[in-house]
Amino acid sequence: MVPDAEFTSYYGRPVIKEPVWKPLDVPVYLFMGGLAGASSVLAAGSQLSGHRELARTAKVSALGAISLSAAALIHDLGRPGRFVNMLRVFKPSSPMSVGSWLLAGYGPVAGAAAVSEVTGLLPAAGTAATLGAGLIGPAIATYTAALICDTAVPSWHEGYREMPYVFAGSASSAAAGLGLLAARPADASPARKLAVAGAATELVAKQLLIRRLSATPGLESSKGLAEPYVAGRAGTVLRVGEILTAAGLAGAVLGRRSRAVSALAGASLLAASALTRYGIFEAGMACARDPKYTIVPQRARR
Amino acid sequence: MSIDPAARAGHVDHPPRMGFFTDTSICIGCKACEVACKEWNEVPEDGISLSGMSYDNTVGLGASTWRHVAFIEQPDPASDSIRWLMSSDVCKHCTEAACLDVCPTGALFRTEFGTVVVQDDVCNGCGYCVPACPFGVIARREEDHGAHKCTLCYDRLGAGLEPACAQACPTKSIQFGPLDELRERARLRVEDLHEAGQDSARLYLDDPADGIGGGGAFFLLLDEPEVYGLPPDPVVTTRDLPGLWKHVAIAAAGLAGAAVALALGQRQ
Repeated sequence: MVPDAEFTSYYGRPVIKEPVWKPLDVPVYLFMGGLAGASSVLAAGSQLSGHRELARTAKVSALGAISLSAAALIHDLGRPGRFVNMLRVFKPSSPMSVGSWLLAGYGPVAGAAAVSEVTGLLPAAGTAATLGAGLIGPAIATYTAALICDTAVPSWHEGYREMPYVFAGSASSAAAGLGLLAARPADASPARKLAVAGAATELVAKQLLIRRLSATPGLESSKGLAEPYVAGRAGTVLRVGEILTAAGLAGAVLGRRSRAVSALAGASLLAASALTRYGIFEAGMACARDPKYTIVPQRARR
Repeated sequence: MSIDPAARAGHVDHPPRMGFFTDTSICIGCKACEVACKEWNEVPEDGISLSGMSYDNTVGLGASTWRHVAFIEQPDPASDSIRWLMSSDVCKHCTEAACLDVCPTGALFRTEFGTVVVQDDVCNGCGYCVPACPFGVIARREEDHGAHKCTLCYDRLGAGLEPACAQACPTKSIQFGPLDELRERARLRVEDLHEAGQDSARLYLDDPADGIGGGGAFFLLLDEPEVYGLPPDPVVTTRDLPGLWKHVAIAAAGLAGAAVALALGQRQ
C-alpha cells in the first residue's frame, strides 16, 4: 500500500478556519429544513392520492419544522437583529442568500397550507398552498447541501457531487418517518413509499460519497477525505445513523400491518436523519481542524 | 488574461488595482506591521500570551489580527546553524474572492481599488465567509459578532496614503502599489535572488491563472507555502458552484418526482 504523503505545516495549525456555526443550531437547521421540505412533498402527494389524514400530519410537521429551522438560523447569527439583512440582496453565488429567499417564499406558503388544513378555512387556497409548498419543498430540502459544500472545507467541498442526494434522501426518510409515526397504517402508504425511496437513496449516496473521497490523491493509505466521515465521533454518529436508517427501512417494509412496528420504524428514520446531519456537520468541523486534509490533496495535484 | 475585478463589480473609471507585494526574504520579524495595523484600524487586543511557536505570539490571521508575522526556525543545509524564515501574512484580496461570493448580505464588497472590504454596519454575523476563505483569513470577533479582516486600509487609500503596515515596514518587505507594477518588480526580485544563489525563492499568488485568479496581495517565499501556513494550491470554492447547483437541482427534481409518484399512487 502507498503510504500517505509526508507533509509540512505551520506548527500543525489548521490552514482554513473552522466554521463558527454553533454545533447545535446548524445541524438542527439542516435537519429541520429537510424535514419541512420533504414533509411538503409528502403532503402534496398524500392529498392528491386521497390520504387526507397523512396529508394533514405532513402539513403540520412542515410548518413546525420550518419554524424551528428558521429559529435555529436566527439564533445562530452573530447579530440576530440583522436577520432581515439576508434579504437586502439576492446572490446566486451565495447558497445562504438563495436559501434565505427560498425560506422567505416557502415559510408563508407552508404556513397557509397548515393553517387552512387545521382550521378548514379557504380550502381551495389551502390546496393551492399545499401544492405550492410541495413545489418549493424539494429546494428547501436540498439547498443546504450547497450551503455546506460551497466552502473551503475539503471533506464537504469535494463531496459536492453526492451531498445533494444524501440530503434529499435524508430529508425524505425524516418526513416519511414522522408520517409513519403519526398516521394509521391503513393511511400511511405514501409515507411508506417515501421512506423506502428516501432511506435507500441516502444509504447509496453516502456510500458513493465515501468511495469518491476515499480515493483522495496523497491520502490513499488512510481513508482520504472520507476519514472524517468514518473515524472519530462523527464516524460513530454516522454509523449509528446508518444502522437506524437500515432498520427503519426494514421496519417500514415489513411492518405495514402493525401500528407499533410502523411507528418504531418511523422513529428510527427520524432519529437517523438527525444523526446523519449532525455527523456530516461534525465531520466537516474535524476536517477543518486538521491541516492534513487541506495541504496534502493540494500538494498532490500541484 | 487577467480579470479586472473592480470593473467586473461595476466600478467605472476606477483607479488602478492596488495591492501588496510581501517580499519575505527581507522581513526581519519586527512586527511593526502588526502594530501599525492595530493602531491605525483600532483593532482590539486579542490575547497577550506566549504561543511557543518561535517569536510568533499572534499565531495566525483572525478577526483581530490583520497582519500576522510567521516565524519558522529550520536547520540550514548551507551552514551548521539554523535558517530563520519570517513572513508577514495578510488577506490576499483575491481576484476571485470566496468570502465575497458567499456573503448573503452584501456586507463584503469589491472596492474601486479592486480590494475586498467588509461593511461592518451591514454584516449580520452569519459567519458564512469564515469557512469559505481558502486561507483562513476572515473570522468573526467574539465581542461584536461581526466578520473582520484587512481592508488594505481602504480609508487611507481614499486619502492617497499607503496602508499603515507598508508605511511602517522598515525594510520594505511590505510593498504597496499598483498590482501590475508590483508583479513586474517581484519577477525581477526573484531573478536577482536566483542569480545570487537563493534557488528556493519563488512567488506565491502572483499568477492570474491560479485557483483564485491571482492575489491582490502576493508573496515572495523561500520555502513551500505550507511551511508558512499557506495552502499550496488554493482554489476558490465557488468555481464548483455551477456543478453543485446542478446536482442540487437534480436531487430536488427527484424529490418533486416523488411527490408526483405519490400523487399518482394507489388511492385510499
